[in-house]
Amino acid sequence: MSAPRPSCHEMLRSLSDYLDGELEAEICAAIESHLAECENCRIVVDTLRKTITLYHQYSEEDLELPADVRSRLFKRLHLEDFLNSPR
Amino acid sequence: MVKDKEATPLSIEALRQGDRAEFARLVEQYDTYIYRLALRILGNPQDAEDVLQETFIKALKHLPSFDGRSSLSTWLYRIATNEALMLLRKEKGGVLSLDEPSPNDEEEQEPIQIVDWCCLPEEMLMNAETKKMLEQAIARLSPALRVVVVLRDLQGLSTRETSQILKISEEAVKTRLSRARLQLRQWLSEYFHQQYGLENLAP
Repeated sequence: MSAPRPSCHEMLRSLSDYLDGELEAEICAAIESHLAECENCRIVVDTLRKTITLYHQYSEEDLELPADVRSRLFKRLHLEDFLNSPR
Repeated sequence: MVKDKEATPLSIEALRQGDRAEFARLVEQYDTYIYRLALRILGNPQDAEDVLQETFIKALKHLPSFDGRSSLSTWLYRIATNEALMLLRKEKGGVLSLDEPSPNDEEEQEPIQIVDWCCLPEEMLMNAETKKMLEQAIARLSPALRVVVVLRDLQGLSTRETSQILKISEEAVKTRLSRARLQLRQWLSEYFHQQYGLENLAP
């Protein structure tokens, strides 16, 4: 038996789990059946997916620890002897 | 996400016994991740540096009693997250509820934005201005939601790790992540709508 097709409002609550692939196949099928006929929800899903992708891309950009911050950290921990030691 | 750093596993025994060289290795392996986490929660380099230092000072102090029930990285993240939240609480004059997101976090509060911006060219989606907007949107979230989205979507941790770090259920992590993502989508939609004059199809 397939799950009943969710309303637009019910869809919203499930979309994050849906995009993470954490829903059961039956619920995914119900969501997809709704999406096939609801343009607005399709836009919400696409832009939600893109929002997550943008944050992933953003987080992958190098955010290195500045050298002076690391140097003060090692000093505070009395680990100066180990700073810049070969890895 | 902690990657490329697992080549030579750290000796928990040596860390517990106060081996300085091993502790230096621990710091070197995780300091960048802890700094990023703190910076993303707090949005301020000076505060992030304070949290970074406090995290390793606390770790050094408590390592002898580290019981290994969680991984070292989860344990460090938990210390750092707590430090960052304490700092936020202090800045807000002691009032900060982390148990439940405030009603303002409910996506139902405002009409949903239906703006089809996902096919905008990449240079419009990832330019300097948009990046600034992404940062500002994270900062606008309530701390309870911000912490979850930072751990899950920016640090790349799993639902399980996030639940261990925050000591909330995996269901609560998912609910908060869902609210946070929908809220961010909403703000991004408003931004792209205004920025590029895209049509809002909201009823």
